Amino acid sequence: MIVIWHLAAKEVRDGLRNRWVAATVLTLAGLALTLALLGAAPGGGTKASALSVTVVSLSSLSVYLLPLIALMLAYDAVVGELERGTLLLLLSYPVKRWQVVLGKFLGHVAILAVAIVVGYGSAALAVLATGGGDDAEGVTAFAALCGSSILLGAAFLALGYLLSAMCEERARAAGLAIGLWLFLVVIYDLGLLGLLLLDAKQAIAPPLFAGLLLANPADAFRVFNMTLIEGVREVGGLAGLGAEAMPNRAVPIAVLLAWTLAALGGATALLARREL
Amino acid sequence: MSNVFETHGLTKRYGTKAVLRDVGVSVGAGHCVALLGHNGAGKTTLLKILLGLTVPSEGHVSLLGRDPRGHDADEVRRAVGYLPESVTFPPGMSGRELMCFYARLKRVDLAQCDTLLDKVDLTAAARNRVKTYSKGMRQRLGLAQALLGHPRLLFLDEPTNGLDPPLRRQFYDIIRSLTGAGSTAVVSSHMLTEIEARADLIAILCDGALAAFGTLDELRTSSHLPYRLRLQVQVDSVGAIAEAIGRDFALDRVDGGVMDFVCPMPDKMAIVRRVAALNGVVRDVDILPPRLEDIYAHFVDERRSR
Repeated sequence: MIVIWHLAAKEVRDGLRNRWVAATVLTLAGLALTLALLGAAPGGGTKASALSVTVVSLSSLSVYLLPLIALMLAYDAVVGELERGTLLLLLSYPVKRWQVVLGKFLGHVAILAVAIVVGYGSAALAVLATGGGDDAEGVTAFAALCGSSILLGAAFLALGYLLSAMCEERARAAGLAIGLWLFLVVIYDLGLLGLLLLDAKQAIAPPLFAGLLLANPADAFRVFNMTLIEGVREVGGLAGLGAEAMPNRAVPIAVLLAWTLAALGGATALLARREL
Repeated sequence: MSNVFETHGLTKRYGTKAVLRDVGVSVGAGHCVALLGHNGAGKTTLLKILLGLTVPSEGHVSLLGRDPRGHDADEVRRAVGYLPESVTFPPGMSGRELMCFYARLKRVDLAQCDTLLDKVDLTAAARNRVKTYSKGMRQRLGLAQALLGHPRLLFLDEPTNGLDPPLRRQFYDIIRSLTGAGSTAVVSSHMLTEIEARADLIAILCDGALAAFGTLDELRTSSHLPYRLRLQVQVDSVGAIAEAIGRDFALDRVDGGVMDFVCPMPDKMAIVRRVAALNGVVRDVDILPPRLEDIYAHFVDERRSR
C-alpha cells in the first residue's frame, strides 16, 4: 500500500512540476466561471435556479473537456515510461506491475479531482456570491456534478491507461486517445441521434435507448447529472431523454465505475503480460 | 562461497528468433564482471532476465540464492541495484527528489540520498531540476540511485556512455570500492579498452550465445592468441636480430629501431631468453599480451564460424 502511495505522490508532484495541474485548474476554472457568470440565459423560462443551470452547463462542458484532459494525462502513462526507460528502472525496485498502474492512476485521479474541485468550486462560489444558488437542489446537484466529474475523469483515465498499455509507441497511443475521445464524446451521440431520427415508428423501446446511452461512459455522466435536477431535463438534450427513462440514479454511477475498473484491470493485465 | 548469481541453460525467444541461447554463468561475491557483446548480442536481455523483468523461454536463474521472479522477489530487489542503458528521468524533479522517491520504494534511509549524491559529485546540483543536468550528471544520478541500499549485486547497462574520461575513472573507482566491500557488479559495455583493466571476469555474448566466460588470463590462454614481443634496438642491428630471432618467431613489424615479434604464449620465455642472449644490442623489451579487443574479436569470430 505504501508503494502505491509513493507512486501516486510522485505522479502528483510530477503534475505540479510540469504544470499539468495548473493548466487543468486554470482551464476548468476559466471555462466554469465564464459559464457561471454569462451562462444564466439558458435558464430562460425554466424553473431552474442559476446554480442548477450552471450545473447543466458545466456538465456539458465536463463531458467534452474532462475526457480529453484525462486521455491526454493517461496516454503516456505506461508507454511513455517504457520509452523513457523509467518503467524498467521502476520495476527493478520492489514494485509490482499492478502497483505501478494503480499508483500512477490514483495520482492522476488526484490531479483531476483537485482541478475539478478548485475549478468548478470557483464557479459555484461566483454563483453563490451573485445570489443565484440558494436552492438545496442546486447545491446537491453541484456536489454530485463534482463527484461524477471525478468519476468521469477516472473512467477516461483508465481508458487512457488501457490504450497506453496496448501501444508500443507514444505517438500511436496519443492518436488512439484522440480517436477514442472523438468516438465516445462526439460520434457516439450523433449515431444515437441518427438512430432516433430513423426510428419514426418508435421501435426502439426507452429502456433499450437508455441502455445504449449508458453503454457510453460520457453519456452515463450526462444522464446522471440530468436526473438530479427536475427543471432542466428539458434543456438536457439527448441525455435529458435518457434521464427520463432512467429508473435508478445509481446506474450511471455504476456504469462509470464499471468502465474504470474494467479498463484499469485491462491495463494491468496487459502490462503484466508485456515483455519489457 | 556461494554464487551471487547463476544461470543455467538460459534461452530467450521472441517468436522464432532466439535472442539468448543456452547461457550458463555463475559468479561469486566481490567480482566486477564485464558483459561484452555487439549491439543485439543479448546483453540487455540477459540483464533483464537476471533482474526478473523478462521471463526466460527456457532455463533457470538464481539471484542471491533465490528466483528473481519468485514470491520473495521484493527481498531480492532490495539487494540489487540497476542502471538501465538509457534512462530519462522526469525532467521536472530535482536529483534529490528522485533519489528520495527511489529510496522510499526501496525502504532505504533517506540520509543515504545525500551521501550518495555526494559520492557522485552531485551535491551542488542536488536541488536543481534534472532537466538542467548534463548527460554526465544524469548518468551519475543513475549510478547514485543504483547504489541505494548498499546493493550486493549491481547491474549497470552501458554505464559510462556520455561520461568524460575523469568521470569514467571516478565511476570505476566507485565500482571498485563496492566490489572491494564484497558486492558484485555486472557492467555491460562496448568500451573494451576501459573495461579491460577493471573487470576481473569477462563474459562475451555473440548472437545470444555465451562465446567466452572467465578471467582475462583464462580467456588469453584459451584463445591461444600470440603474445607480442616489442624490442627497441639499434637501427644497424635490425637485420642481425631479425635473422637471429626471426628464424623461430615471426617478425610482424619493423619501424626504425622498433621490432615486433609474435610468439605463442607457451614460447614466451623462450623468446625472452633468446633476446637476453643478444647481449647489448637490445635497449628495451616489452611483452604485450593479447588485448581484450583481440580476445573479443577472436571469440566472436570463432563463435560465428561454428
